[in-house]
Order: sequence, then C-alpha cells, then structure tokens
Amino acid sequence: MTITSAPTAPRARPPAGRRKVGLNARQNKAAFVFLAPWIIGMVCLTLGPILASFYLSLTDYDMFTAPEWIGGQNYVKMFSEDRRYFQALKVTFTYVFLSVPLKLAFALAIAMLLNRGLKGLGFYRSIYYLPSLLGGSVAVAIMWRQVFSYDGVINQFLLKFGISGPSWITSPDYALYTLVALAVWQFGSPMVIFLAGLKQIPQDVYDAAEVDGATPVRKFFAVTLPLLTPIIFFNFVMQTIGAFQAFTPAYIVSNGTGGPADSTLFYTLYLYEQAFTNFQMGYASAMAWVLVAIIAVVTAISFFSARYWVHYGDQR
Amino acid sequence: MSAAARKTRARPNRILLHAFLLAGALLMVYPLLWLASSSLKPANLIFSDLSLWPKEIRPENYVDGWRGAALPFSTFFINSFIIAGLAVVGNVLACSLVAYAFARLNFAFKRTLFALMMMTIMLPLHATLIPQYALFYGLGWVNTFLPLVVPKFLAVDAFFIFLMIQFIRGIPRELDEAATVDGAGPFRIYWSVILPLLTPALITTAVFSFIWTYEDFLSPLVYLTSMDLYTVPQGLRLMMASKGASSWGPLLAMSLLSLVPLFIVFAFFQRRLIDGIATTGLKG
Repeated sequence: MTITSAPTAPRARPPAGRRKVGLNARQNKAAFVFLAPWIIGMVCLTLGPILASFYLSLTDYDMFTAPEWIGGQNYVKMFSEDRRYFQALKVTFTYVFLSVPLKLAFALAIAMLLNRGLKGLGFYRSIYYLPSLLGGSVAVAIMWRQVFSYDGVINQFLLKFGISGPSWITSPDYALYTLVALAVWQFGSPMVIFLAGLKQIPQDVYDAAEVDGATPVRKFFAVTLPLLTPIIFFNFVMQTIGAFQAFTPAYIVSNGTGGPADSTLFYTLYLYEQAFTNFQMGYASAMAWVLVAIIAVVTAISFFSARYWVHYGDQR
Repeated sequence: MSAAARKTRARPNRILLHAFLLAGALLMVYPLLWLASSSLKPANLIFSDLSLWPKEIRPENYVDGWRGAALPFSTFFINSFIIAGLAVVGNVLACSLVAYAFARLNFAFKRTLFALMMMTIMLPLHATLIPQYALFYGLGWVNTFLPLVVPKFLAVDAFFIFLMIQFIRGIPRELDEAATVDGAGPFRIYWSVILPLLTPALITTAVFSFIWTYEDFLSPLVYLTSMDLYTVPQGLRLMMASKGASSWGPLLAMSLLSLVPLFIVFAFFQRRLIDGIATTGLKG
C-alpha cells in the first residue's frame, strides 16, 4: 500500500512546475471556448470554402445539379477562347495601374501641404477625407453617373468655355476613366496615413539637412521620400489589393452590364455575372482562383521589390 | 536670416497655401453639394441650372422619393439598420472574445491559429463567395438576413481581431494578475477587466462595421432577392433601374438621404475614424 500510494501523493499535490501544467489545461479549455465561434467560422466560412472553391473550379456546376468533373477545362477556356475574360483583365489592370498611383500621388501631395503646422489642419483633413468615407456607396456612384452624364455638371461647365464634352458615361472611350476619377477622388484615407507618417519624421533630420544647405526639393527627395517609403509601400499594397476587387461603382455606373461595349467590365463584375446571372459557378470559381493568384503575385512582387526601395529605420 | 524675418516672408505663402487648400476642399465637396442642391430642384433644372442655390425649390422630391420604386424607403432603411446593427454587435462580441484569447491566454496550436487568422485578413472576398453561397443555399438561408449577419458573429472579419489584439497588448497585465489573485477566471477577467478597457477599440470596430455593412452592395445583391428584404443601396439601385429620366429629383433626394447616417457617424466619430485609419491602416 505504502509503495503504491507514494507516487500518487505528488500527483494529488503536484509541485509548482506541474501545477502550471494543470493551470494551462484549464486555460487551454477556456481559450477554446473563447475561440469556438471563430474556429467554426474559420472552418465553415473560410478554409472549407477556399478548398471547395478550388474543387468547383475543376467542375461544371450550376448550383442546382451536382458538380460535374471537367478537369482544367474552365481554366483553358478562360485563357484561350473567352474574349470577354480578356476584356475584364484589361479593364481591371488599366483601372488598377491608373487609379492607384494617381490616388497615392494626390494623397502624398496634399498630406505634404497639410503637414506644415497649418491652422485648421483638422478641418482640411476632415473635408479631404470625407469622399473616402462615402465613396463606396451606391449613392455616390449614382451621383457620379449624373455628374459625368452628357448633360451633367462637367459638360455644362465645359460648355461655358465653348467646349462640347463627350457623353462620358456612355462612351466606351471615357467610361472607365470616370471610374478612375471616382477612385482618385477618394484619396483621403491614404492621405490620413501619409499624414501620420509625416508626423513621425523628426524635425532635427530636416534641421540637419538645412544646415547642410539642402533646398526644399532636395529635402523632399533626400529626407521625406526615403523616410516615408514604408508608408508608401503599405498604402500601395493596400490600395492595389482593394482596387482589384472594386465592384460597386462599375456595377452602378454601367447599370450592371459592364458597358458600354464592356469598357467597364471589371473582373469582379464579370465574375458576378458568370456566377449569379449565368449560374456558371464552376467557371466563376476558376475566375475567383485566378483573381486570388493575381493579387498574391502582385503582392509578392511588391514585397520582393520592397527590398530595393523601402528604407526601414533599423537598416541604416 | 532671422526667425522673425523668415516668418514675415512666409506669411504671404501661408495665405496662398490656405487659398489653394480651400479651393481644393471646395472641389472635393462640390459633387456632394451639387447632389444636395439637385435633390431639391425640379427635374428640368437639374441639368440646366449650374448654380448650387436652386432657383426653384421642390421638396416634393423627398416625398416622391420616399415612396420609392415599389416599396417605400422606410422598408429599406429598416432592413439596412437591422443588418448593420446586428453586424456591429456580432463583430464587437465575437472579435473581442477571440482577441482576448490570442492576447492573454495560452493554448495549443496558438502560433498556427494566429498565422491562419492573419492570412484571412488579406484574403479577397471572392475566394470564398461561391462556396459560401452554396452553403447558405443548402441551409435555406438565401433570401434571409442570416448570410449577412451570422458570419459577423463567427468573427469572420479578422481585421478587427488584429486591431483588438494590438490594443489588449497595451493593457497592463498586472490588472489581469490582480483579478486572478481575487479569484477571477478568464471569463470574469474578459468581461470585467479587459472589455471595459477595450472600449476605444470596440468603438472603432463598431463604427467601421456599421459603415462597411451599411454601404455594402455586393452581399445584399447576392443574398437578398425579394424586395421587402432589400437594403438602402439595393433600394437606390431598384429606383435607378425602374424609373425614367423624369424622376432624377427623387432619386438624387434618396441618394442624399442614404448618406445621412454616414454623415452622422462621421460627425460624431471623426477622431476615432481618422485615428483608426492613421494607426492601423484600416481602409476608409
């Protein structure tokens, strides 16, 4: 009895180290209670669907009958015979490559102007930020459609100078650029981030540059811009990822068609059309996977290139 | 050059800068002012009268607009507020629970789960859209509010989890330890120590959840098919599609009205919004 009871005694009253394991087990249990909703969501609404989406991309699926395995045919079709798909790619890349740099340029320029210890900074910042807050809404897209319509404000204004403007919204040559303008109009949120970044640059760096006789232009290129590169990089990545997924403005301005003549057929708009109008769910899944791949590649390239142009403070 | 001399030289520049920034600010809000003014104009003046001050005011635009296309806008506003309200509650509750666990508790596979959580932040919505639709369709949830609301209670918007984790890490651990000494377990600590101190992050989460859900167009478009469940953006879209050019006044009136909740949120939580963007890079 004494022999067998000896090892059990410490188990009943474990040493300090062991007690911690016991406490962790309880904490572990509690933690998973806290995490339970998220884990359910993660498995059912994120991980599961990602895998399912990949499987569906290899099938012919219309939601109502069982998916039928067709291998890589959706991908082959996408890249060989679907001309609208190419159009969607072209439109989306044009939109991303125009809107993101322009948006960031405006954001940085205005942030630089605001970061001069101006009176009324809060007022200006709020006004310039406001379009960012409202910009994603249907109401603003409707407004934009009117402002750029044939008899809209822009053309009435141009008429005062004797210029007869085109019908921006219904012309395949211009429709996409009105959407680029709508995106650029929303430069407020990257501007706010730039402003926060500019505030982090210590004044003595500028003072030192001034002692060395640096001109304002030189100060911008030798001090501000390098020290701001991490923020530029962050804004660039976030805005690019967002721009690839733009949907609402194109849908509203083109009345859900991506027109005129597919000139505003954004990738997401075409994906929506294939999935929920044509019920080509397999094809749409393949499109979704390619979109994820495009975003991943662009992000990866950005991160790779960052090694050559982004300066972090501790790398000096 | 003395500081005083530099200051006097700088003054005209300052005035110029203010003039430039004010002009820019006017340009930025001009479309919104145009919207406000046009929403009060009779249809024939919307496209002929450039001035922001309407020559002739037609408040009936709002009355006609409120009646909507097929259903009154009251229906769309109520639906939007129900969905946005539930989304706010869901995100605040679920994300704070998860954030507390990641920030304060030790558990198995913590690193792996954390990495998974971070990965989902960047994931485009479209990657999961179709299988999610199939899932909700199978559950019979299509054409209900559930697909728009339940995911929020399952903390699918991982960005807010990250935001809260960062915030909780700034709360001194001594407070937790003191509570433990007093015999409080993890649930008590979460509820009476962490949650009250987390309020600023909870407000940021609530504000952004409201704005995003209220503005969201794609998800309602996909999931809500019967008109009596439509949200405000869908109501606007319906009105735009179903009416001719003669009803631009009412359409613009309702567009402006739909922005009012956003203006209110902006007016009250301006600081929080701007700080939220500046410190975490939340998209506006």
